[in-house]
Amino acid sequence: MSEPILKAEHLGITFGGLKAVSDFNMVIGKGELVGLIGPNGAGKTTVFNLLTGVYKPTEGEFWLDGTKMSGKKTYQVVRAGIARTFQNIRLFRQMTVEENVLVAFDDSFSYHMGAAIFRTPGFWKQEKKKHAQAIDLLRIFGLEGYAGVQAANLAYGQQRKLEIARALATGMKLLLLDEPAAGMNPTETEDLLSCISTIRERFGIAILLIEHDMSLVMKVCQRIQVLDYGRTIASGLPNEVANNPQVITAYLGTDADDGVADDVATGKSSVDGGADTAESDAADKKEGAR
Amino acid sequence: MKKSILSTKQSYLVCALGVLALFLLVMAVCETGLASPYIKGIMMTACIAVIMTTSLNLTIGVLGQLTLGCCGFQAIGAYTAALLSKLIVAQGIAMSDMSRFLITIVAGGAMACIFGVIVGVPALRLHGDYLAIITLGFGEIIRVIIQNLKFAGGIGLSKGQQGQALIGIDRLANLYVVFWITVLTVAFLFMFGRSRYGRAVKAIRDDEIAASASGLNTTYLKVLVFAISAFFAGVAGGIFAQYIGSLNPAMAGWLNSINYVIMVVFGGMGSITGSIVSAIGLTILPELLRAFSDYRMLVYSVALVLVMIFRPQGIFGSWEFSLSKFINHLFYRGNGPKRGRAAVAVEGTASTDGVASTEDNATPDTAAGADDVSRLQDGVIASAGIAGTGEGSAGVGPDPNAPRDGGAMQEGDDRR
Repeated sequence: MSEPILKAEHLGITFGGLKAVSDFNMVIGKGELVGLIGPNGAGKTTVFNLLTGVYKPTEGEFWLDGTKMSGKKTYQVVRAGIARTFQNIRLFRQMTVEENVLVAFDDSFSYHMGAAIFRTPGFWKQEKKKHAQAIDLLRIFGLEGYAGVQAANLAYGQQRKLEIARALATGMKLLLLDEPAAGMNPTETEDLLSCISTIRERFGIAILLIEHDMSLVMKVCQRIQVLDYGRTIASGLPNEVANNPQVITAYLGTDADDGVADDVATGKSSVDGGADTAESDAADKKEGAR
Repeated sequence: MKKSILSTKQSYLVCALGVLALFLLVMAVCETGLASPYIKGIMMTACIAVIMTTSLNLTIGVLGQLTLGCCGFQAIGAYTAALLSKLIVAQGIAMSDMSRFLITIVAGGAMACIFGVIVGVPALRLHGDYLAIITLGFGEIIRVIIQNLKFAGGIGLSKGQQGQALIGIDRLANLYVVFWITVLTVAFLFMFGRSRYGRAVKAIRDDEIAASASGLNTTYLKVLVFAISAFFAGVAGGIFAQYIGSLNPAMAGWLNSINYVIMVVFGGMGSITGSIVSAIGLTILPELLRAFSDYRMLVYSVALVLVMIFRPQGIFGSWEFSLSKFINHLFYRGNGPKRGRAAVAVEGTASTDGVASTEDNATPDTAAGADDVSRLQDGVIASAGIAGTGEGSAGVGPDPNAPRDGGAMQEGDDRR
């Protein structure tokens, strides 16, 4: 692994007395596709919010391509190269499909307000160029025919795709996908997978994926990191993670013949164990990075 | 790809011609004596209302933030312009009335703009109801401050009494000049709206979190919009001051602001042409209803209620009237758009995989007006065209009902 795209060290955030995420470590290399999984409420989306500057981490730091990003505002992080999609689709619903993409291009526009008001030749040139670029981008997702359609009127699967297209338009290096296959039928999921692999090949970007669909995660991710109660409990290749007893415990609970009290106790111990794993993981990664 | 029959430049030209025709109409009505001073007064008030409403529409309709303080900015602009105008005369600075008028209204706008930034930076951290209340409070603060400023006609802090009107402002506002200022305002707002700025602002309205996740500096854009809105409100105030000739601090009150909010909602949020139509319409309506004397405010309110029940999205919704689209429509006898819509429907069901011939793809593009270039060209014309018809009727409409109040139109008082 050469210079990593994303490096997060001991990232954590506390809401009041609640440690939503603690000691989160992660290294993503160029073009890598890493999965982030865990039970509901484990803190996966919080990690995304940390990495995009929505929340300021209360501890730890992260770097994008060697530049420190923690503490920056969302738009600064996005312009630097981390873009995301949302678990519950957030499109600009009253705008057209093309406008959705053009908004994300905003940073690459260079004309200023004067040019816009007086409609200078530079304005027209740039608008025309960006229009062509937007259509090109939409073509990858098979949405070019819907450029003029209001985003809210797209089918569900297409809305998901448009959200990814919009994220791509920001010109990012790392794409964070928050449950892109949620609510999709198998055909749409299949379609989405091919889209993801196309954009990886074409743009050479790294992807961090949150997903509950295990078959999808196992199929596409090169590495997987598992969160539970805000802590990393396992990390590694898909096969390793799938057979990790802690992961199985976190997802399925302990054996049925254990009492409720025991259940809670083991749950706690698994969290403690998780911390150990996380630390050893971090150590592994540091070595790997060297 | 069958597009508009007019090129971009041609449609700009059509737009300019439309505005010019309208101007000539206004001029003809005024010069031939068809328009009494009363009607000229209505036209002037309509122009002020158009500036206020379209600029407020930028904040409420396009940015999606409800503010109730627009008349606070208007009052700042009005008082700044009035006092500056008096100061220029007092200092004995030689300048033509026209340049004095223009300088003072720009100064009024600039002062309002500065206050817009000062208020906007803290206030725009909030949304919806909270922002509405903050801006409402702002308007009241302005009103009370002006009441107590001695140089602005107030009595001074010690007395604690209500201030009196600032009188003796030179009435420099000229309908023709105000007409062109209105045109410039509307043109600016259209150009702003149909550029990357407008797109960004609309994105914030639709989803602020997603907008910042798309790399937009939402705080900057919100304050920018707030400041632009305040600037034009200040300009409108400057015109108002130099049209009426006297100012009362009550103009900064929230009742006046709500009046303009009503115009925006009535016309359709986000539609500039809608704002123009409703600003003109709601200026004329109470005047037309003078025949009903005692019942006219009742009729006015009932009219508002009915429109909101049967057309909650406002008269225009988010739709914009466009002269060049209208011309297109005439040429194709209405076939063009329908064919386009059919194509969209077909495409929608077919769920094409990119192979669907390029021609097909092009059609819905134009039909839905996605093509940025073609949309850009429409906007301005729209405004001009509508402003035209609307104001034309403003000139002709109330004629038979004849003036009962002679020249002066007490704008605010009537509404209340």
